[in-house]
Amino acid sequence: MVKEIERAGIPVVHICTVTPISMTVGANRIVPAIAIPHPLGNPELPADEEYELRRKLVDKALEALSTEVDDQTIFEV
Amino acid sequence: MSKFKVVHYINQFFGQVGGEEMAHIPAEKRKGPVGPGLAFTKNFGDDAEIVATIVCGDSWFNENLELATETVLAMVKEESPDLFIAGPAFNAGRYGVACGTICDAVQTELGIPVLTGMYVENPGADMFRTKVLIVSTADSAAGMRRAVPAMAKLALKLVKGERIGASVEEGYIPDGVRRNFFDKKRGSTRALEMLLKKIAGEPFETEYPMPTFDRVPPMPAITDMTKATIAIVTSGGIVPKGNPDRIESSSASKYGSYNIEGVDDLTSETYETAHGGHDPVYANEDADRVIPVDVLRQYEKEGKIGKLHDWFYSTVGNGTAVASSKKYAAEIAEKLISYDVDAVVLTST
Repeated sequence: MVKEIERAGIPVVHICTVTPISMTVGANRIVPAIAIPHPLGNPELPADEEYELRRKLVDKALEALSTEVDDQTIFEV
Repeated sequence: MSKFKVVHYINQFFGQVGGEEMAHIPAEKRKGPVGPGLAFTKNFGDDAEIVATIVCGDSWFNENLELATETVLAMVKEESPDLFIAGPAFNAGRYGVACGTICDAVQTELGIPVLTGMYVENPGADMFRTKVLIVSTADSAAGMRRAVPAMAKLALKLVKGERIGASVEEGYIPDGVRRNFFDKKRGSTRALEMLLKKIAGEPFETEYPMPTFDRVPPMPAITDMTKATIAIVTSGGIVPKGNPDRIESSSASKYGSYNIEGVDDLTSETYETAHGGHDPVYANEDADRVIPVDVLRQYEKEGKIGKLHDWFYSTVGNGTAVASSKKYAAEIAEKLISYDVDAVVLTST
């Protein structure tokens, strides 16, 4: 899906936990996530800390979208 | 003659520990065969026996790739086996990645033959086909009855050091290594037969399929995020509560477009996941954990981004055919372009 949308001309950032799959699939901008069933959250944290965690991931995703890349790039949080 | 010693790797589901709610369990070792191992045992006959089975949660393995590989590798080493087999994983993505990863590690570190099995579209197949032998299986466990004899047969050949034939003969996913053999008909005859079939409009199979390198060059970055419209797309199956479009929990036949104008936060009362490939509890409690509507809405209000697009697009990426995903994404992309969306945040579970 990442590839088809990017092929249409829109930059995509892929937030996912198993980044090797994302690399295989061909995503160009990748942000590693927290866990498979809750990529942008952590149910063990209190609500405000969990929101803060998600905010950081989204910040990283927006940073990735604002960064020129020549090749597949993983943006570590 | 003593039997060859085999160690078998399976996931929590085939290990009969449980379904997705148990996918977090770390690896554990059991004596003898478990689950599909019993069928392997039958097929091995007097030649080989499964001395130990390693059962491991799919999420645990994939979320801790290095630790999991080390842990399982140590367990395998303790048994000093002659052969290592994993799966078959069919079209289960995390299971396939785990099987490929551990087979690759065992082959490299312990220097013994390894074998796994999976469906050709399993992401593990693309990742490991050139590194480990992968028997081509059906896309679901309904294919177990055919997969086990094929894997057992090839596994015995490997452990006995017999010559491995071409992928079409042995039933493994092409690994990129050419294996020579003498055909009954010479090349020119076979080529003419193919040509005649082609002219007649009949189906024929090439002996040398062209490799497909399907890469999309990265699109230029967003220069001014404060003016950009950002859309959310997910394969995590987030849908309005009640799943109005009835998106299937696996092998999804559709995607949904859902309006989030004026929605600041996704709650357990309003949204849920349709995804059947992982434990849905966390996403059902708070779907923002899969698609960050709350944060992006906040950023829109703060002016960090220009706009959060009024719709999000969702399907279930669980055993869903690559061709289907491509089709949905192409349709989604058309919509995104018609709405002048500048960039996409795509999340996967």
